[in-house]
Amino acid sequence: MKKLFCKKYRSRTFSFVIVLLAYALVEILTASHSMTRLITSLLVPITCYVVAAIGLNLNVGVSGELNLGQAGFMSVGGFTAVVVSGLLASTISSPAVRLVIGILAGALLAGLIGWLISIPVLKLQGDYLAIVTLAFGQIIMSILNNMYIGADSAGLHFAFVTNNIKLAEGGKMFVSGPMGTAGVKTASNFSAGTLLVIVALILVYNLMYSKEGRAIMACRDNRIAAETVGINVAGTKTLAFVMSSALAGAAGALYMLNYSSVSATKFDFNTSILILVYVVLGGLGDMTGTIIATTLLVMLPEMLRFLSSYRMLIYAIVLILIMLVSNNASLKVKMEKWKQSFKGNREGAEKNA
Amino acid sequence: MAFLSYLISGLGLGSVYAIIALGYSMVYGIAKMLNFAHGDIIMVGAFVAYFAISSFKLPVFVAILLSIAACTVLGVVIERLAYKPLREASSLSVLITAIGVSYFLQNGAMLLWGTDTKIFPTIMSGSLNMGGLSISYLTLITIATCVVIMIGLTMFINKTKTGRAMRACSEDKGAAALMGINVNKIISITFAIGSGLAAVAAILLCATYPSVYPTLGSMPGIRAFTAAVFGGIGSIPGAFLGGLLLGVIEILSKAYISAQLSDAIVFGVLIIVLLIKPTGLLGKKISEKV
Amino acid sequence: MPEQNGSLNTPVLEVRDLGIDFGGLTAVNNLNLEVKNEEIYGLIGPNGAGKTTVFNMLTKVYQPTRGTIRLCGQDMAKLNPVQASKAGIARTFQNIRLFSNLSVLDNVKVGMNNSLNYGIGASLFHTPRYTQEEKRSDEEALSILDIFGLKEEAETIAGNLPYGAQRRLEIARAMGTHPKLLLLDEPAAGMNPQETEDLMKMIRTVRDHFHISILLIEHDMRLVMGICEKITVLNYGMMLAQGTPAQIQSNPEVIKAYIGE
Repeated sequence: MKKLFCKKYRSRTFSFVIVLLAYALVEILTASHSMTRLITSLLVPITCYVVAAIGLNLNVGVSGELNLGQAGFMSVGGFTAVVVSGLLASTISSPAVRLVIGILAGALLAGLIGWLISIPVLKLQGDYLAIVTLAFGQIIMSILNNMYIGADSAGLHFAFVTNNIKLAEGGKMFVSGPMGTAGVKTASNFSAGTLLVIVALILVYNLMYSKEGRAIMACRDNRIAAETVGINVAGTKTLAFVMSSALAGAAGALYMLNYSSVSATKFDFNTSILILVYVVLGGLGDMTGTIIATTLLVMLPEMLRFLSSYRMLIYAIVLILIMLVSNNASLKVKMEKWKQSFKGNREGAEKNA
Repeated sequence: MAFLSYLISGLGLGSVYAIIALGYSMVYGIAKMLNFAHGDIIMVGAFVAYFAISSFKLPVFVAILLSIAACTVLGVVIERLAYKPLREASSLSVLITAIGVSYFLQNGAMLLWGTDTKIFPTIMSGSLNMGGLSISYLTLITIATCVVIMIGLTMFINKTKTGRAMRACSEDKGAAALMGINVNKIISITFAIGSGLAAVAAILLCATYPSVYPTLGSMPGIRAFTAAVFGGIGSIPGAFLGGLLLGVIEILSKAYISAQLSDAIVFGVLIIVLLIKPTGLLGKKISEKV
Repeated sequence: MPEQNGSLNTPVLEVRDLGIDFGGLTAVNNLNLEVKNEEIYGLIGPNGAGKTTVFNMLTKVYQPTRGTIRLCGQDMAKLNPVQASKAGIARTFQNIRLFSNLSVLDNVKVGMNNSLNYGIGASLFHTPRYTQEEKRSDEEALSILDIFGLKEEAETIAGNLPYGAQRRLEIARAMGTHPKLLLLDEPAAGMNPQETEDLMKMIRTVRDHFHISILLIEHDMRLVMGICEKITVLNYGMMLAQGTPAQIQSNPEVIKAYIGE
């Protein structure tokens, strides 16, 4: 028990506690009919963004690589899940099973695409790496927006840019180019989302506390020194990148199985940027912060609805102010002094006890 | 013949991208930050010009000057309020702040001017006919403006005292300050020039593609940012080259391959170039001392 | 863990006719030296003589233009830096390169990464194998830190350590890779006489406890003459003199190179 709350593992314990508390709170509020329809509609999206943000934090915070294309991986996972789930709709009746298979398939393909992309991307550094991830994100969106996928008794049909698929009787179109997905049998729910968040946390924390995790952080802190102690930097960074994309894929799968119709343009550059904002605001490398920041920021525009048309403006101002305040050097010094005096008082009290 | 026509269209669009990319590159080179809000300054410039011409019935020339003035002031104000306090912060923090500024400008514009698309008035028409090839005067002016700006800026950077100071700041701000250069002033001037250029780009853009709306700057912003990196971020000739090439590739791929996939193709070319030349076409290679 | 480094006859490091050109500039040329088993060897010379360049060649960060490098008889020509580390060469840097956001313990454990026997599956699911290996490496890392007087600081973030402790940690991390040869690049830089004295003791302890050979670059002559058994003097990338401390100290060419005419 002591180990759970010692300085090193405190943050990890906290994140699980927060998730479980939040879940309990939501269930209580739902049972007592205190939840607004608006908040209820945000529950699954929040879990999706949290998982995607945890993945991005692994890349940006723990591995130190700026990734501006996270939304692209979400859409890969999402579309894969929709197709797989659609194919299984007739044979598997349980939505839960279809959801799990969809998420696994989405995570797998997104991870694979992430691996392929990481080969060229990780050869670059800093801002150039960022811009290439942005480029890939846009390319993925462009491709998926022009993809037509349908299935009938003859099997799976693909078409690109022009829809020349002729479906036989009883066939179904899963993806229709710019119209996106249609007629999806939804399977996502808040419990599944919460479970996915917990699984993501377990995997990411386990990784961070392992030899691969230490290697990832070492490569971030000092690439040359890491090489010198025998760490394969490229392989290590690829691992972080692939895990990050797989998590995004899982998140995308959960998202797109939540709605009967979603267009690929939902997962554009703006969405990638949004997730990046959640990660930075929550603290690089801090998963607890990511959970809190994402939840608050997804809900904020809705909570500010009373400000009607001014709310997005306020959102922007709040964002700028948070960045200015959290980077204010003199404020940081004051916070440190306050922290030290607090610690000093406590240690003094312990000594006297 | 059609190819030449597309090529010239591409150069026209590319000129606009180049002018915008210059703003990105200069700010990156000297203030070492990616000003995500640059595209939205273009949007403001477009709106100012639109209202000047449509609502206040001012002559085009005055509208242009007004737009440049507005954008220049806006750029400098944003720098002072939002970016200057973060000069010592991580580049990621500055990036997020720039995103915040971008959201602010976009939503501010939506509030002030509505979300409906306005039509930019025609300020120039007619075209030159050269043996079957028809080039609009607008395209010619656009390309010419870009060339003039490119030459002017290069001369400014290389021949003037301020230009030298800017180059010094881009190499080492600390050393520049120790040499008596007012780094704050130089950075403000950089933003001023970049934003002023954004206004010029805005008018040229809207003259060719006359829709004006609050998220107008988003796509050109990303394209121009891509062009700046493509040509080598921090390099002025690189921004010029990157912008022109990007415009040509975009128009040619729209014409010959697919309109829907032109985005993917443009970004695909970028990736290929960066793999061959990791710091962009004209970028400098930075190696770390072991 | 003490290592046996080849037979008593094979030198731990054998450098023959080593040279490197950067474009038109020859940075190092015709370098020959041998470091024997459990020997402390010094590489000295004026600034810019090419000493760190030699280190970079030994760790394969730079690929030599000419000559051979043999580690316990093994030719290092085709190795990259990661393979060189696995072969048994470890180094510290002129400007400290720690993993500043990791704890002291984790810095050493990263050095031990290649000796930790579990894969990604074990990492993701914290299998019994993971727990076992982590426990083993924790113990070993702590015992290494103990030798460097850093055991108490195991959970401190490396970036928060005082300068001297950071230098010691860099060496401790290097020892985590179980090297046969340890390269120290100006370990006494920035140290006062007392710290340098402690460092000299520590270097000897490291050699005696881990049974490794040490090749060090240094400007502090008291340290060099005090602990090195053999010295090579480098000037303008070429060997100026080679011998025992006594021989080097009385060599007129060396005196001329350092102090001038």
